[in-house]
Amino acid sequence: MRLEREQPWRYLAPAGLLLALVTVYPLAHVLWLSLERRSLLDPAPPAFAGLENYARLAADERFWNALGNTAYFVGVSVSLELMLGLAFALALQRAFRGRAALYGIILLPWAVPTAVSARMWEWMFEPDIGVLNYLLGAQVNWLGSPAWALNAAVLMDVWKSTPFVALLLIAGLQSIPQDLYRAAAVDGASRWTVLTRITLPLLAPMILVALLFRTIDAFRVFDAIYVLTGGGPADSTETLSIYAYRVLFQSLEFGYGSALAVSVFALVAVFALVYRMLLRKVLP
Amino acid sequence: MRIVALVLLAAYCLAPFLWQVVTSLKPAAELVSLPPLLPSRPSAEHYVAIFAGHPLVRIIANSAIVAACTTALALALGALAAYALSMLRVRGRAAVLGVVLAISMFPPIATVSPLFLLLSALGLRDTLAALVLTYSTFSLPLAVWLLASFFDALPRELYVAARVDGCSAFGALWRVVLPLAAPGLAAAALLVFIFAWNEFLFALAFTATEASRTLPVGIALFPGLHEVPYGEIAAASVVATVPVVALAFAFQRRIVEGLTAGAVKG
Repeated sequence: MRLEREQPWRYLAPAGLLLALVTVYPLAHVLWLSLERRSLLDPAPPAFAGLENYARLAADERFWNALGNTAYFVGVSVSLELMLGLAFALALQRAFRGRAALYGIILLPWAVPTAVSARMWEWMFEPDIGVLNYLLGAQVNWLGSPAWALNAAVLMDVWKSTPFVALLLIAGLQSIPQDLYRAAAVDGASRWTVLTRITLPLLAPMILVALLFRTIDAFRVFDAIYVLTGGGPADSTETLSIYAYRVLFQSLEFGYGSALAVSVFALVAVFALVYRMLLRKVLP
Repeated sequence: MRIVALVLLAAYCLAPFLWQVVTSLKPAAELVSLPPLLPSRPSAEHYVAIFAGHPLVRIIANSAIVAACTTALALALGALAAYALSMLRVRGRAAVLGVVLAISMFPPIATVSPLFLLLSALGLRDTLAALVLTYSTFSLPLAVWLLASFFDALPRELYVAARVDGCSAFGALWRVVLPLAAPGLAAAALLVFIFAWNEFLFALAFTATEASRTLPVGIALFPGLHEVPYGEIAAASVVATVPVVALAFAFQRRIVEGLTAGAVKG
């Protein structure tokens, strides 16, 4: 049925205007800034520099170091989160009493502000009076040694994000038809067969969704590491976002910093497109 | 087996936060060594110190104002857009939702430098308005997706009936759709509020003084003269976390619904 005077665009316009002003326009502007020689310290007006900033980036060892750190952080933390999250989801799969209270507890690491989590973990990582070394009976210099610091950041991220992965996977498990499990039980299938032939294949789309969200989120990691280590010691935990932020707001080099920021955007976009292709293949 | 897994999971999620609570209650003298794990007597000295010696009240008020205004703005604009997308006939609905989804994946670092220049040009640096504007926009994609999926679950006949009975298009939204989608609104409001309460990067870049500083930045930059004041940081952390944790416990079902719906539909 056709109704008069619906004019849907009037309802979309306010949100559209805000998105255009605060996300789309800045994105276009950052591309432009990345082509400029521009420093907030330099009174000279910004000058068009072509691809100069990108040439500098390609030859910048600190950029490659940050890219390596980011890749390591994403790879290790996302795979650990997925494995742990899957284990938790399988353990919680069936309904039981008290599940609601458990959901509240599971949400806690996700709900705590990341900057606050970082200071909580900084205290636990303290080498002499921190609770982690005390409980482990170890003398690890978690945040002070380049060999450990990035792993410490991974540990914190795993704590924070595993519950989110588990929640997604639980939702995925609940959408698997119970008939399949009954049929498998009638056929006398082993637990392992049920897991590898029914659960995991049917959970694959949700696993991909969880991977997509976590990869993109981990790739742009900022607060967790910025507060925990500030990128140190010796740049051993400096990720792309942190390097870009330092160039932008500590060195005030808006041209080069914008080029770094664009590189983060481009890499995230590539991830998103690859996952989208994979998801299209998996979904019927 | 199951019980062991459940207890492990609960301990895993709770332990770091509980340790922070314990730390915040320990007298300063007991913080410099381990054992003892637990304070000999709980002390409120760190809580007294953070409220007496720091502009913490101002910072808490900033966070509350920013999160509340962001939630109101994002929900209002998000509901209008979602209504158009799910009840009114919009050509290119899939394309619009696709663009909104793509925007939600923008890394904040990619837009922080031009936004900084824009907000400076508008004279909004170091104001709460700058944060509200940025946060509302960055949480709009989530609000639009969530609300559109909740509106989609309502039968369109309700909307048509309201229009036939003489409601304007806006009246149908206000009197029929919104009341019926109240649980969805609550889920979206909770997620947006928690996002705004916790955001760090923009707050760090756009605020300079206590006039607009929010809790995450205040705690990250917590002043220490010689040693890190772990007791006071712990107390401030507990204060900053209690509101969101309370929301998480009180509305866990709505939040889980929102989180999974947001992910699945996305």
